[in-house]
Amino acid sequence: MKKVEKKHPLAIRWLHWVNFPLLLVMIWSGLLIYWANDVYRVGLGGFTLFKFFPQWFYKALNVPFRLAEGMAFHFFFMWLFAANGLLYVLYTIVSGEWRLLVPDRRSFREAVQVTLYDLHLSKHKPSQGKYNGAQKLAYTTVVLMGAGSLLTGLAIYKPVQFAWLTAALGGYEWARWEHFWLTIGYVLFFVVHVAQVARAGWNNLRAMVTGYEVVEAPEPQSVRLPGVESLQEEATR
Amino acid sequence: MSHNENVEERTEVAAADQEVRREMRPRTRRSFLVGAAAALLGYGGWRWLKTSAEDVDGIPWPLRRSHEFNEHLARNYFSTARLAPTFPRHLANLPRANGDIGLDVEDFESAEWRLEVVNLTDSAKEEIEPSLSLGLEDIKALPRVEEVTELKCIEGWSQVVHWAGARFSDLADKYQLATRSGAPFDVENKATDLVPYVSLETPDGVYYVGLDIESALHPQTLLCYEMDGEPLTLEHGAPLRLYVPVKYGIKSLKRIGRITFTNKRPFDYWAERGYDWYSGH
Repeated sequence: MKKVEKKHPLAIRWLHWVNFPLLLVMIWSGLLIYWANDVYRVGLGGFTLFKFFPQWFYKALNVPFRLAEGMAFHFFFMWLFAANGLLYVLYTIVSGEWRLLVPDRRSFREAVQVTLYDLHLSKHKPSQGKYNGAQKLAYTTVVLMGAGSLLTGLAIYKPVQFAWLTAALGGYEWARWEHFWLTIGYVLFFVVHVAQVARAGWNNLRAMVTGYEVVEAPEPQSVRLPGVESLQEEATR
Repeated sequence: MSHNENVEERTEVAAADQEVRREMRPRTRRSFLVGAAAALLGYGGWRWLKTSAEDVDGIPWPLRRSHEFNEHLARNYFSTARLAPTFPRHLANLPRANGDIGLDVEDFESAEWRLEVVNLTDSAKEEIEPSLSLGLEDIKALPRVEEVTELKCIEGWSQVVHWAGARFSDLADKYQLATRSGAPFDVENKATDLVPYVSLETPDGVYYVGLDIESALHPQTLLCYEMDGEPLTLEHGAPLRLYVPVKYGIKSLKRIGRITFTNKRPFDYWAERGYDWYSGH
């Protein structure tokens, strides 16, 4: 028997969905800024596996020569991005929702089991509460990454006023490097997140919009026992 | 258990599931409609922002206001006298010579170079006539200061540089340029009669920057005649350039031809091309 159950609070849903376009604008405007000094790559010594970013990529997204525009958007939307993120963290703390999100000792083991199961490398599906271990780790990490982006961003935005912060992050150039790689991290998170949502299906996605999920409800004890019997009977027939 | 009971139970379950669907349908519809409306509103806001008439300075006006809001916060809530970090000298090197706007080589005679200084009284007149004309020896007569600080280009690269020159504030002090009354200035005390802005331009007037007075009078802001232990080269702005450690490099004008103390917010070459006028760190 199915029943409707409340899953995600209103605040979490709004803050989650509002964050999506804000982060998108921050990444896009960040790209316009990064282009003016695009020095990062994946490689070793003289060997470059991948340069951030190839010309075709810039061309496809119309990136070149838009540094001023990128900075203008970045330093406007930074306020909205930061405010939305802070509200999210505040809400999870005040509502107690953080208890469901922050990983505990078991989460790491569980995350490995979930990953193996999802990759079809294991048949054992770990039981879970609202979020499984992998989700807890991922969602907490991405919030910490958000904090990291604000701090590394501040360190390169005001490197004199926050000289102590810039120094703590390894200096101006390292802070910029960290700011860049956190962004690559968001993109990777996004890819996995969307793939997992697609796998989880409509009921799960709908819950993030409506707040409600349809769940299999166990029937009351006295009724359930014969029910199970009859199902078994059904199965053997 | 009889077959009948079984069927009855399944019917019950099906009825309950039907009930669940009935309950979810309006919720789903309502939430998605609200979501769509919010998305539409967000998209409308985005279009508005993108298409708001560009002001004279090359970016939509809401973004210009946002730059000015950030500037307001920086100038009022930060200590504008905070020092930029300094570095050991062995880390210093010459930066790349990144801009040559206003540095036309053909029409420039180093030997004939003079620094024109327009004080507040001059700049308030309709026909501006600089009342002060200085030679390099006048700048070198001011106390010599050396510092090793990081030049940060707005493009995103940076370089630790060894600079030598005179403090801008020593020039302002000596010639009584920074206050309306000519009294000694106090940057931290906004109530004093500080002249609010300084404008600097190349001798040909092609490149020009505007500075807030606090940044111009910052103790590490230099009228610089040496970089990396050598006299300034032409590509780095010989015979005299500005270095402002609390701003992006675009403000550190090379080959200063004229300095103007003024009540009016000065024009700025890159601000007119969409960049933040303040560009402060």
